[in-house]
Amino acid sequence: MNSAIKLYPAKPEHVYLFGTCLIDLFYPEAGLAGVNLLEREGITVHYPEDQTCCGQPAYTSGRTDAARAVAAQQLSLFDQPWPIVVPSGSCAGMMRKHYPDLFAGTDQQTQANDVASRVFELSEFLLHVCQLSLTDLGEPVEVALHTSCSSRRDMATADVGPALLGQLANVTLVEQARAAECCGFGGAFSVRHPDVSGAMVQDKVTALRDTGATRFLATDIGCLMNIQGHSDTQPEPFEGEHLLSFLWQRTTRAEADQ
Amino acid sequence: MSHSNSAIRFNPAAKEALGNTQLRSNFRSAMDGLMSKRLNAFQGWDLEALRDLGAAIRHNALRQLPDLLEQLETQCQQNGIEVHWAEDGDDACRIITDICQQRKARQVIKGKSMVTEEMELNHYLEQAGITALESDLGEYIVQLAEETPSHIIMPAIHKNTEEISELMHRKTGTDRRPDARYLTHSARQQLRQKFQQADVGISGVNFAIAETGTLCLVENEGNGRLTTTAPPCHIAVTGIEKVIPSLNELPALLALLPRSATGQAITTYVNMISRPRQSDELDGPEAVHLVLVDNGRSEIYQDEERADTLRCIRCGACMNHCPVYTRVGGHAYGTTYPGPIGKILMPQLLGLDQTPDFPSASTLCGACGEVCPVRIPIPDLLVRLRSDKVDGNSLTRNPTRGHGAGKAGLENTVWRLWSWMNRQPAFYRIMIAMAGRLRVLSPRRLGGWTRFRTAPRPAPKTLHQLMKQRPRTGQRP
Repeated sequence: MNSAIKLYPAKPEHVYLFGTCLIDLFYPEAGLAGVNLLEREGITVHYPEDQTCCGQPAYTSGRTDAARAVAAQQLSLFDQPWPIVVPSGSCAGMMRKHYPDLFAGTDQQTQANDVASRVFELSEFLLHVCQLSLTDLGEPVEVALHTSCSSRRDMATADVGPALLGQLANVTLVEQARAAECCGFGGAFSVRHPDVSGAMVQDKVTALRDTGATRFLATDIGCLMNIQGHSDTQPEPFEGEHLLSFLWQRTTRAEADQ
Repeated sequence: MSHSNSAIRFNPAAKEALGNTQLRSNFRSAMDGLMSKRLNAFQGWDLEALRDLGAAIRHNALRQLPDLLEQLETQCQQNGIEVHWAEDGDDACRIITDICQQRKARQVIKGKSMVTEEMELNHYLEQAGITALESDLGEYIVQLAEETPSHIIMPAIHKNTEEISELMHRKTGTDRRPDARYLTHSARQQLRQKFQQADVGISGVNFAIAETGTLCLVENEGNGRLTTTAPPCHIAVTGIEKVIPSLNELPALLALLPRSATGQAITTYVNMISRPRQSDELDGPEAVHLVLVDNGRSEIYQDEERADTLRCIRCGACMNHCPVYTRVGGHAYGTTYPGPIGKILMPQLLGLDQTPDFPSASTLCGACGEVCPVRIPIPDLLVRLRSDKVDGNSLTRNPTRGHGAGKAGLENTVWRLWSWMNRQPAFYRIMIAMAGRLRVLSPRRLGGWTRFRTAPRPAPKTLHQLMKQRPRTGQRP
């Protein structure tokens, strides 16, 4: 019943990147940062061009058939037995945890289980498979980190962000009050229940700001859009970015960045 | 969307609750306290292993539910407990009222019981001319205020000491003294007299043990013991799902329940009720009845996935840890069971057409599932109910009552389009590349989203475009 134990592969030469639709559309630099970090570890990153969305928005909206149809489209993209790395906790969670349920009892069950077992959050993969070691090149800074609920609970990777940031000598991670509490995004929840969602994101931004950190980091684009979107309505700017973007910027010289 | 007119709406009530700063701060501080107490209570325990055990015990008990219920009935009857079966709430109310009337009862004292809230028993008794007084302190306060419980374990958690002091002053003439000790003492004095006068005591049941015909009841105030022993007749009321095979299963569940609920290692009282007073005994009721209530449970039981809902041991930990419940409180849900367990249980009891907002009123953050002592997969069940609401999964065999209530309308078309686009990779790439190119035209207002946030703006170039421009590892200069 308790499936917290995860088996990691040895460091491979190749991985697939599943970039996720939100990163594709809104935060491609977070995806590129992930690719840069992987390549610096000597890994060849393959980005199947025909990828679209993991199916999560439909799945969590109860549109299970629609989700299955879109997910089936993705299943066919990963022929080689390479790990599939995903730069967002909730999409990784969808593929790793929910694909097996989604395809249970269908012809694609075996394929879905195989794909699911190869899915890792990109940051988790860097830490636990690549055994990444980071050298901080940046100025001293204090940051707060919002680990997404999917990273924390579906992927059980809440330890990854703090561990990676802990390698950066000049970065101090300050913990906000009620760090494990949801930011209030929840996909369609933010639109269907705007008042409750709004109250939650207000509290989250307050908690993050109250740490005194100069910026916040997130492990999921949904949370990032939600938290940044709310803090942008406030007079004082409070910038956030994806954990991967931050890790790459801190460990590379500006001219090598692209 | 087509919902029946009598449907319970969550959003208006939630909005009102959010605007009540006193209420919000009452809940926030109470829930923060309960979360930290729970955490402390499990220090030194292998909590995950214990939750596995709790889940397995409840799962296995449910798999043999029909047999266990028959065994429970036989064993209780042998012990001298009269057993009644109620198909629904009205049926149960009738049975209980009949027992009271046969005894010519005028006054009933009640211990805490959520299933009697579910059937609005007090109201039913009142109409039959029988006065029912709640003896659990929280329930007593809620009854004085003519409200319903806002939490299944702590019914008056929405009120602070000042509010309770004012209420008791107004209704019972106590001094205006916002002092918990004083208020508790005053309530106790008033209740003590009622225990002596009551003709019948009505209680809930935490676990019904099939092998021995024992009813286990946990509580902290002693009101449960008085309710079940002082009046000449005790009626225990329980949902049919509360049965467990034997006393062997009890220690694990008792280790989980109070720790999960209030952070206590054990409740002040653990009552084990096996039979009425025997001829050589000095106290206890002369008659004990057990009312086994279905009220929609056997319908839930028919579906293997949804049956996990029935594992619930009513600890309330899912509420205490829910970021939505914490902000709006129990009354915003407008149903007997609020919070995460309410969001999966109530639609199955009342129908999805009656509770259209319930499945979606969650971010699926998973905090409830993470703390549930019997590992009910609450987030997965919320997704299941969302799917049943729109008949969204052609593989589902036993859809929930009132399924398909939300399937009509524009949303269907939107999802069909979404699904089509995400299965046409070339078209998808063109569409998102266009969104990037036309980003200056992206909407500034996006319904509920932009009431609290700025609208997100597409990046100038998509990841697809950027990856295409980029040479592979090893091929870079």
